[in-house]
Amino acid sequence: MEKPSTLISHIEAFVDSARVLNQHAKSVDAISSLIKNDLLTLEALVREMELYLTSTDHIIRGRGTLLLAEVLNCLLEKPLDSHTISILVEFFTAKLEDWQVLWGVLVGCLALLKRTKKFGMVDNSDARTLAKSFLINVQVQSLAVRDRKGDDLVYGICEAIDEEKDPRCLMLNFHLVEILGHLYPDPSGPMASFAQDIFDILSRYYPIYFTHPKDDGLDIKREDLSKGLMNAFSSSPFFEPFVVPLLLEKLSSSLLSAKLDSLKYLNSCLYHYGGKRMVKHSRVIWSNLKDVIFNFSPERPLLTDELDVDMKSEVNQIRMEALNCLETALSCFDFSEQDSFLCLIIDDPDIGTKLESLTSITSYSGTSAEIQRDLSAIGGIFTSIAKVSIYCCNKVFLKFFPCLMDVLGVSRNHSSQFCITNHKTVHGGMNFGALFLSVELLSSSRELSLVSNIAAEFIAESKSWFFMLKSFSMDLCHVLGSVLRTSNTSMVASEKEGVLCAVKGLQSLSTFPSSCSPISEGCYEDVLEILMSIITGRSDETYLWNLSLKALVQIGLWIESASGHDSARGICYNKVVEKILSMLQTNDSMVSLSLKLVAISEIANVGQYVLSIIRALEDAIISSLVACIQGGLKSSDSLVGLLECYTSRVLPRCCTSGSFDDVAVQFSINIWNQLENVSVFNTDVTMQNVLDQVMITMKLLVAGCTVENQSLILKKAHCVILSMDFLKTQPFQSIHGIIALSCRDKWIASLFGSVVIALRSQTPLTDMKGILNLFLILLPEGNLPAAQALASMVNKCPSSINEPEISARLSLDQACEDILKLCLWTLESNSHLKQYNFLDRDICSQRSIVLGMAWVGKGLLMRGHEKVTEIAMFLMKCLVSDSNEDITLQQQKENGKGVGMDANSSLATSAADAFHVLLNDSEDCLNKKFHATIRPLYKQRFFSSMLPILLSSIKESGSTSKKIALYRALGHIISDTPLAAVLAESKKIIPALLDTLAISGSETSHKKIVYSLLLVLSGILMDDNGKVTILENIHTVIECLIKLISYPDLMIVRETAIQCLVAMSVLPHARIFPFRPRVLKAVATALDDRKRAVRQEAVRCRQAWASIASRSLQF
Amino acid sequence: MTLGMINANPVVHAKRERIIRSEDIHSDDALDALDVFDSVRDIKDPEHPYSLEQLSVLSEESIAVDEKLGRIKITFTPTVKHCSMATVIGLCLRVKLMQCFPPHFKVDITVSPGSLANEEAVNKQLNDKERVSAALENPSLRQLVDECLYSNELYSY
Repeated sequence: MEKPSTLISHIEAFVDSARVLNQHAKSVDAISSLIKNDLLTLEALVREMELYLTSTDHIIRGRGTLLLAEVLNCLLEKPLDSHTISILVEFFTAKLEDWQVLWGVLVGCLALLKRTKKFGMVDNSDARTLAKSFLINVQVQSLAVRDRKGDDLVYGICEAIDEEKDPRCLMLNFHLVEILGHLYPDPSGPMASFAQDIFDILSRYYPIYFTHPKDDGLDIKREDLSKGLMNAFSSSPFFEPFVVPLLLEKLSSSLLSAKLDSLKYLNSCLYHYGGKRMVKHSRVIWSNLKDVIFNFSPERPLLTDELDVDMKSEVNQIRMEALNCLETALSCFDFSEQDSFLCLIIDDPDIGTKLESLTSITSYSGTSAEIQRDLSAIGGIFTSIAKVSIYCCNKVFLKFFPCLMDVLGVSRNHSSQFCITNHKTVHGGMNFGALFLSVELLSSSRELSLVSNIAAEFIAESKSWFFMLKSFSMDLCHVLGSVLRTSNTSMVASEKEGVLCAVKGLQSLSTFPSSCSPISEGCYEDVLEILMSIITGRSDETYLWNLSLKALVQIGLWIESASGHDSARGICYNKVVEKILSMLQTNDSMVSLSLKLVAISEIANVGQYVLSIIRALEDAIISSLVACIQGGLKSSDSLVGLLECYTSRVLPRCCTSGSFDDVAVQFSINIWNQLENVSVFNTDVTMQNVLDQVMITMKLLVAGCTVENQSLILKKAHCVILSMDFLKTQPFQSIHGIIALSCRDKWIASLFGSVVIALRSQTPLTDMKGILNLFLILLPEGNLPAAQALASMVNKCPSSINEPEISARLSLDQACEDILKLCLWTLESNSHLKQYNFLDRDICSQRSIVLGMAWVGKGLLMRGHEKVTEIAMFLMKCLVSDSNEDITLQQQKENGKGVGMDANSSLATSAADAFHVLLNDSEDCLNKKFHATIRPLYKQRFFSSMLPILLSSIKESGSTSKKIALYRALGHIISDTPLAAVLAESKKIIPALLDTLAISGSETSHKKIVYSLLLVLSGILMDDNGKVTILENIHTVIECLIKLISYPDLMIVRETAIQCLVAMSVLPHARIFPFRPRVLKAVATALDDRKRAVRQEAVRCRQAWASIASRSLQF
Repeated sequence: MTLGMINANPVVHAKRERIIRSEDIHSDDALDALDVFDSVRDIKDPEHPYSLEQLSVLSEESIAVDEKLGRIKITFTPTVKHCSMATVIGLCLRVKLMQCFPPHFKVDITVSPGSLANEEAVNKQLNDKERVSAALENPSLRQLVDECLYSNELYSY
């Protein structure tokens, strides 16, 4: 080992800045040769230099650091271990903060980064932190030291990013260059002089070709890199002489992604470099863009969204980007440059000849794809130009619009008479090309008028696009109208396009800002007339009809947004709305009711008409409702349709406009008035549909109201209740016994139930006692709304009442007590509650009570009231009680065997299905929409409390019929509870679940349960803990699934069973292997299933199970 | 097995669009030619990373199904006249059909008339039960068949 003294002398020689340069070089050489020959380790060197590296004198520190850096620079080919390297990197990274020694640090960093893999390289994470620190420290500070270090810095960065391949570093590098570009905008600065070098380095990456595996954890995508490089390219205008030729060269590449990138880059460069630098390229840019636009335009310019756009999305993107470029180019040039560029485009002979050929074609049906593509390309170019500025728009209008009009046969004069003077419009067929292009120009000029303020003098100017458009507009409007008139019902694609174009043109014409509308009021009216005539007269042409309707809605929305200064047009439009609404009254066969309703609900999009539309709908509904209940309506379908449209399409719009409450109160009270006034109802069977729909409407109306308004409606409804027919014989407060409901009573009761269902919990129920009593009488009669209303009452009723003065209100506990009287099982005959004896009732009323109790139980369960257990016990009693069999025996004696069996099983079945009601979310009541009180996790709670009870009673029950009912109940509980809760109990569940499946599998009426249970089973199969339980019962599970493969009633059960088997094939092989032959044999029969989906699933399953051992199917 | 490829540069055709069958809840879905075609179209050619459909060895029209009689008849066209791979292709088809369809179907696999030099011999071999099962017990042949059936390295153009 070299003596420390000589080493120190070398170091000192270097650190002393007074010595001459070659002495410095000598000492560096000497030290590095020492290390190269292993006479000195780097670590020892650093240790010796400690004093110099940490000295407080920044000159000595700087020299020391530089020495270390220089030495490292000489050791590029000396193998170093990774530990040493990472220590050095850490050192330099930290030292980057120390701006006084920056030079040395930079040299050191470079030396380290230059190391190649062979001799030990800086690893990625270190490089990353270094680069980060570099960015943080150097960029900011280099501003201060720019004069001294500028060149070095840029040069250093050049070196640093050279040949970098790691995507993370690349991202940083690109960012670095971007910052450099912004840092040195000076033309004599370092960036200007190094531009070519930097570009040389960067250009190698272009276009980004990135094949990194997807999940390398770096999370850098090709798009990110490409964007980074784009920003780097466009950061400094000094790149311009190099970048633009490269981009234009790559633009002609056949690779789509390269093309797209080039266009994006070009766009960004145009924007950032500015017009001055780019103007010399304008000719080349245009010719390149032209190629792209003409080659990549869609073949069907208008109907592209009907073809699958996804497949051609890249092509489409390229086109969009090229058009964007064109726009950017035009807008970034100065006036004179812009003018010359514009002339370049619109005077382009290619466009001229293509336009000529396009406009001379008489029929566009069956034209080649190339012509279609040209058409959409030219349309795109026109649109882009016209959008840029008023000047550009003027230019392109002046050049092309008159000749397009000429082709369409539109004369410039204001003669309202439309005359076909031009020979080119033969056979009444319009030239589609001219039509398309003029509509494109029209709509882009409209867009321009929206963004730019158009001065008055400009309008008067005779060379402006506006003046020209105005002079043609009247006739253009008529031409478009005639296109629509002559279009025939059989819509081929080309015909469709013509229609679409014409409608679009009319829409654009009538939606210009009012300050610069090219059409007169009269013409505006004509447009609306044309569209309306289609709505009223041509409803059989669906495509045309829908387009016209959409256009009308858009025009309406436009008026609304510009209302105030456009009132004349508003009045015009009012007439349209009136006409559409009057269609409701007239009973013409031209337009079907459903289409009328579509039109109305679409027009309701225009906010200011919602109220008048609602009013008209309400009138129609009320008049046909009255006709319906009086028996004067032939079919209830139209009324149901009206109600549906009202509730689902128009009413929601009301909510957003804030007028809901008024509308709802008015309409619902109106309905109640009608019920009050009509004394005898029609008893047609079809009435039930109407009643259901009216109930839904009533619920929604009430649910949306505020508490005060709900009280109003409730009060009205309560009044009507008192006029019910059966109340003529007994007073409301003390109704009892079995009552006979007239049809009118049924309506009133049901609608009253609906009102109660939809009330908010804060809304006070006046006369709660009476209402409760009424519902309690109705419930055993099988009135479902009454049961649901009761459930809502107990769900929302406040648990304690603070205001004792309201004596009519019952406490929740009292209400529950009253209700639970219905479930009293057997009573002493002398009890005063004898009338409630459940067992004395007939089977129908028993079933109604069971169902009603289920609803009430649901109401209690959702709020978490403990009384629900009583109802659950009642249901359990119905399921298993011995007296149940007593009834059977009795009835068997009375009615004969068959009926008795039926009745017995149906009561048990009702009780089992009651659990479904208890746990299933309902659309009709007790949900968020109808303000229910919902306690979290109520299903889970009920599940875990009921499960042990059910399981034990299954164990105890002897007869099979009882077992079937119990299993049915269990099935409901399992399948309606959220899977997570079931999974937690999977150990207990699985055996019972399999038994249920086995028993239910033989009954047709259970097929829904079978399916939902199967879904639970598959859910358990997907869960890791569940799999363990499955494995414990594997034998039964597989037996059960094999049985279900041939389940005859429901295809989806067979399919799911096979899917479960597929899922089971990944369980541990040792456990499932014994079942392989059985499964394969069973699945083989499913290959012959009636349904294709099952067959395909069977093939998959067979494959999965066969491949456990080998692929051979021989076993 | 063979030196060099039998057909080194085959013509590749476009895939046909997959037809998604509409679900009809109430009626039975009878087995038809498209079902059979769907199950065999993606079998890989033994030589190339293309499917039989892409090489036009098979098409929906070359398959006939009679569900009542329980018969499936497939006629395929090897890419070249002297293709020694025809037997392997036939074997693949048979294995695939055995997997996908119930055993009561009688499957006939033939090369289309005039497409192969030793047409008769190949047809005989393909429909000989003993020879098929013997071939499937040959490990290397079995491996080749499995590669064709379960390959997922198909090029898609």
